[in-house]
Amino acid sequence: MLHNLAQLPRYRGLIQSLVARELKARYRGSVLGFFWSFVNPLLLLLVYSIVFAYIMPARFTGGEEPKPFADAYPYGVFLFCGLLPWTWFASSLNESAGVLISGGNLIKKVLFPAEVLPIVTALANMVHFLLGLPILVLFLAYYRAPITLGELAWFPIIVLVQLIFTTSLGLLVAALTVHFRDIRDILSNVLSLWFFATPIIYPWQHAPDLGKWFLNANPFTHLAISYQEVLFFKGPFGHWRWLLALAAASLGLFLFAYFVFDRLRDTFAEEV
Amino acid sequence: MANAIELTNASKVYRRFAHRRQFATLKSALLSRSLVRDLRPDETFTALNNVTVSVPRGQTLGVIGRNGSGKSTMLKLVAGITKPTSGTVKVNGRISALIELGAGFHPEISGRENVFINGIMLGLTKRDIAARFDEIVEFAEMKDFIDAPVKTYSSGMYMRLGFAVAIHVDPEVLLVDEVLAVGDEGFTHKCLDKFAEFKRRGKTILLVTHSLGMVERFCDDALWLDGGRIKGSGDPKRIVGAYVTDVEKREERELAATDAKARHDANAVVVSPDEPASAVLPDNPVDTATAAGDMFRAAEGRWGSREIEIAEVRFVGPDRESGHVFHSGDRVDIQIRLRAPLPIDDFVVGIGIFNADGTCCYGTNTYLEELAPETISGDAEATFTIESLDLVEGTYKVDVAVHKVDGYPYDYHRLLHTFRVKSRVKDVGIYRPRHTWGFSKNMRFKELREPRS
Repeated sequence: MLHNLAQLPRYRGLIQSLVARELKARYRGSVLGFFWSFVNPLLLLLVYSIVFAYIMPARFTGGEEPKPFADAYPYGVFLFCGLLPWTWFASSLNESAGVLISGGNLIKKVLFPAEVLPIVTALANMVHFLLGLPILVLFLAYYRAPITLGELAWFPIIVLVQLIFTTSLGLLVAALTVHFRDIRDILSNVLSLWFFATPIIYPWQHAPDLGKWFLNANPFTHLAISYQEVLFFKGPFGHWRWLLALAAASLGLFLFAYFVFDRLRDTFAEEV
Repeated sequence: MANAIELTNASKVYRRFAHRRQFATLKSALLSRSLVRDLRPDETFTALNNVTVSVPRGQTLGVIGRNGSGKSTMLKLVAGITKPTSGTVKVNGRISALIELGAGFHPEISGRENVFINGIMLGLTKRDIAARFDEIVEFAEMKDFIDAPVKTYSSGMYMRLGFAVAIHVDPEVLLVDEVLAVGDEGFTHKCLDKFAEFKRRGKTILLVTHSLGMVERFCDDALWLDGGRIKGSGDPKRIVGAYVTDVEKREERELAATDAKARHDANAVVVSPDEPASAVLPDNPVDTATAAGDMFRAAEGRWGSREIEIAEVRFVGPDRESGHVFHSGDRVDIQIRLRAPLPIDDFVVGIGIFNADGTCCYGTNTYLEELAPETISGDAEATFTIESLDLVEGTYKVDVAVHKVDGYPYDYHRLLHTFRVKSRVKDVGIYRPRHTWGFSKNMRFKELREPRS
């Protein structure tokens, strides 16, 4: 396993070109092309804003609520801070589930490092996430969000932690789906439950006490809170202990996922 | 000299799931708590069984064998795509596998981008590919289309581009699986030239093919796999010869089996002698010969009163052994054993030979050849000797019949007997006249071309 893991950096050229291919191929043939990377999150933001501003107005005026940076609570912007990374996470996992099966030709017919496929999936979706950021920045600038440089320095770290976490789960999901195709179907439901069990459409402080304990056990909670604290809420970044703990856990998870993947590797060519 | 490829007692066992297993899912696995048991194969298929081969550096090994004999499995083991279940596989040097050409091409992006990505997958760097790019495109004959998305390519273009990339990886060990059928004659020649160049430059080639001519011409060694085991290895000419003989024997057995089945089926529906089926079916071989169109309607069958019975029909080849597969030009005897319980003085023996299209190639009988019947009684035998079986390659069906001069059938075997003609020369038609070519001095031919077999 460690030997294979050590090989991973050698594939960076391959990973790089596959990510580029993934991005190029995705919008090939559509009129707006790359523009969709911006338009998609914008539309998503619009939908959620309409739902929670007009259809089911969210009332977040609890006592211990941290002060947002503006008087008028720009709920859409809050939402966006959690939604954008979640989209990256969820679509990575969804795509990972099918990636070995659809890439079966490569695995069966060419000597090809299979772990590259879920990694490429996570990275390609990260690029989409990064391309969505300008929209968020635009809104933050519009509401004059008081972001300090000190806080902003945490941002790449959060992204990195999420990348490791997403890749780890992607590897697991990809490897197991080869043997149990059911995972593909279960996964989308698990992810929508997971979405609501994460403080993305509501702030963490609004959860009941019992729910808070539960939310703390959810790794993505800490990513969402980190994004929100850095980008949305006033004040210094207070969640860093959790974030670093999650970083450590993610590294552990990555080793575990890679171990599982490596053990199952030889069965891929026969099963896909 | 070091070995480029070494297989030691390599076996590959595939799991084969029964239908129930195939649909085993996570849910059922969890519910029945048989997760571990389900992951364990209960039925296995040994694709490769204890194979030990070594290919010295710079040698070309041809692997032949029937479908399902383990050729591709062996190639996959050498390529490292699958691991052997037991034994070891060692390969020294960079491998390029021409197994699935263009595997990993992405349909939406251009040929140019795919060449780069494919090359990187095969272990080149971007710079390597850029340096070879023009050569690759030139080789694939794709100059005009290289910037079009791959999904617009024809399958031939796809394969050519895949081939071109794979062959420009500059491997030390080249694995080839039946890929020469990717282009027109010209492209195939280019591929062959490229192989020859590889050979000259001392690369190791493992060639899996059904083209026996290529094995004879190209390979230093041949390996014959059968049912996952090595059935023979060594000099290509010898191995190919042994393989061809074996294939003929197998065809022989298959033909004998289908023949026996046809006769058995025909016997099951014996037409009663009182109502001769000759009313609807052409009842003597000569009629059949003139009414070739009827062949399309006519099915295999057997009818007649059995006052004279055809007990057995055998084809006897030049080796004086009974068989079903002959070579064009062989001397073949058709031996017909007859049984007449009571003496009979009105009888005609006839033969008709039909090709797969149902065209009558030849038909005759003793009456047509002006042999007047006198008597037959007890066990008798008639032999129809074909001095030279001048037919082109193919499968032929034979009618054998005994009937009265007026056509009343004693025993009529309609298309119940089969033989096959094999030939090195793939000429066309039905009849091959004995022939030779002659040329004037100012008209010459090169050395004999590779015979396609």
